[in-house]
Amino acid sequence: MSEWLYWQALNRALDAELAADDSVFTLGEDVGLYGGTYRVTEGLLAKYGEWRVRDTPISENSFTGLGVGAAMLGLRPVVEIMTVNFALLAMDAIVNMAAKIPFMSGGQFPMGLTLRMPGGVAKQLGAQHSQRLEAMFMGVPGLRMVVPSTPQDAYWQLRQAIRSDDPVIVLEHELLYFSKGEVDEGASAPPIHQALLRREGRDLTCIAYSRMVQLTLLAAEELAKEGIEMAVIDLRSLSPIDWKTCADSVNSTHRCLIVEEDCQFAGAGAELAATLQEQCFYLLDAPIGRVAGLPIPTPFNGDLEAASIPRVEDIVQAARKQLGQSKGVSR
Amino acid sequence: MDRNHLLAMLRDMLRARAFEEAAAQSYAQGDIAGFLHLYPGEEAVAVGVLHASEPGDYIVSTYREHVHALVRGIPARALMAELFGKKTGVSSGLGGSMHLFDRERRFLGGYAIVGETFPIALGAAYAVAYRRLPEAVICFFGDGAVNQGTFHESLNMAALWKLPIFFVCENNHYQIGTEIHRHSALTDVYKRACAYGIPAEQVDGMDVLAVHGAAQRALDRVRSGDGPQFLELTTYRYRGHSMADPGTYRPAAELKAYEAADPIAAAIHEFSFQYPSGQLPQDCLQRFTEHCCTAGQVDEAAIARLRQEVQAEMDDARQFAKESPAPSLEDAWAALTRNHRLEILMEGVGA
Ligand SMILES: Cc1ncc(C[n+]2csc(CCOP(=O)(O)OP(=O)(O)O)c2C)c(N)n1
Ligand SMILES: [Mg+2]
Repeated sequence: MSEWLYWQALNRALDAELAADDSVFTLGEDVGLYGGTYRVTEGLLAKYGEWRVRDTPISENSFTGLGVGAAMLGLRPVVEIMTVNFALLAMDAIVNMAAKIPFMSGGQFPMGLTLRMPGGVAKQLGAQHSQRLEAMFMGVPGLRMVVPSTPQDAYWQLRQAIRSDDPVIVLEHELLYFSKGEVDEGASAPPIHQALLRREGRDLTCIAYSRMVQLTLLAAEELAKEGIEMAVIDLRSLSPIDWKTCADSVNSTHRCLIVEEDCQFAGAGAELAATLQEQCFYLLDAPIGRVAGLPIPTPFNGDLEAASIPRVEDIVQAARKQLGQSKGVSR
Repeated sequence: MDRNHLLAMLRDMLRARAFEEAAAQSYAQGDIAGFLHLYPGEEAVAVGVLHASEPGDYIVSTYREHVHALVRGIPARALMAELFGKKTGVSSGLGGSMHLFDRERRFLGGYAIVGETFPIALGAAYAVAYRRLPEAVICFFGDGAVNQGTFHESLNMAALWKLPIFFVCENNHYQIGTEIHRHSALTDVYKRACAYGIPAEQVDGMDVLAVHGAAQRALDRVRSGDGPQFLELTTYRYRGHSMADPGTYRPAAELKAYEAADPIAAAIHEFSFQYPSGQLPQDCLQRFTEHCCTAGQVDEAAIARLRQEVQAEMDDARQFAKESPAPSLEDAWAALTRNHRLEILMEGVGA
């Protein structure tokens, strides 16, 4: 057990898989000599050489498509797309190729492709560099997507994504790269899509993913001071979603709040709310609530930027509202 | 080239034409639905190129790929059944006419998004080079595809890393209804390859022997590690873009001129010294080389026999397709989840 930064955990996961399996290679812009925009591929070029750690030109659609073609021949490419915003230029390779080929071929081809992409609202990067596009990928059958919030999950999930024969998007959050956490390399990993109850609580269930898990945990501490016990579920995977872990908790607390950094309209939270109300309707004491990003391009101004996505106090307020709305609240 | 090889090429050209005409009939009868892009007129391209390929090579093609798949060795039955959407189809009825895949025969698929064959070929070639194998990846595409970004992106990377790709442009002068002069600033497609330092050539795609020779030379260079090669084959499709297209935008005289240069008639002529030359189209006469004339030795009776055989093969394929069962929804789910492993992907990550 040791303390690692999120980027270090990803770096070691990639290193471990490169060492374990000759068919693993990584490519992307500045992943080699430069060591990766967020240092995730640091030191790997020297160790594995240019065929396994490949610097590419700025050609997202084709180098992502290269990963697809190589995966069809049984390699395990780890494509780094510098940020999720640039994945928009590779949507053809991701949606029309990677997600379709195994199916359209009648199941003949494996697609052991991993797509790493940093995303989310960071610090004043402007509207073109601050997107969260997870809802877009969630709508594509044939893709998997994991959203690690801790170094431990980043480590496990990247290693598992590389070993998966399905295409997996690893959506990393730009503000998490320098967050610290304990990593146990030897512990056995849970299934890649399994959600985790990060905090117990009897009064309501809060479901979050990626960076919002950290904010939600802070909100839970605030609420605890008022005597409100909020359970916190870290989804860890957006496709597929571990419905059982979510529904079990909601069925026991009878209230559900969803927190997402992405825009609320047609976002991940909409899918969560719709399915959980189907599964938990008779045990819910209040409508499922959502705290989400505003439906606007991210403003450059720092205060406006902060106001455009959920803050700890937004989550605290929404949780209070959940309890206020419900019948039979006794506090 | 020996007589057997010439006969095999002629046979494949006749099979190609017969397969497509059989598919057109089944479409007319309502047995095939959706898009159906046919190949008549372009047979010399697929046959010439693929007869120069090895079983270890990989093929990537477009939505106009029935003939590439057929010549590659996928049985007509499995292809026709796929066009019918049947379980016995080469893609289990889940792909359709535009998405023929055969892993065993290294047929990496037909792609319906124009410009996708470039990155797929790039990735396959990366894998081949990565494993240091003497194999080549053959990438087919139309004249319309060269204006996609992936064309330039992929040619650049292929040349940069010296990947074993043979780029084959099937220049039939049209992207659906838009003639090449109206879609490309430079109508000699092969000249674009020089921007990336890729050796390129333009060859008459109606002449199967010329195509075969050029493909052989290019593939030899690819396999010996010289990096990507580029071949532009000028050709023509006799039918509309797809069965939904009457093709009325093309002048009748243009179609007639190309029909006179029918690659199959030309091949028959080239392989034969018994045909009276007066009955044959002028341009075929020009292709009448000493080599083919003496090596061919194909006579009318042999050709009639061949035609009968391939017709029987395609009739059988249609009947097989018609009688085959449809895939079930369970089959569809199974294809989607074939690579799916919801279980733990690693026992203890430290291991
Ligand atoms: C990205 C994309 N844009 C448009 C289309 C519609 N479309 C299908 S075929 C075609 C023409 C392609 O022409 P060409 O590459 O010359 O191939 P050909 O059909 O002549 O063999 C077009 C525009 C498509 N399938 N994909
Ligand atoms: Mg064309």
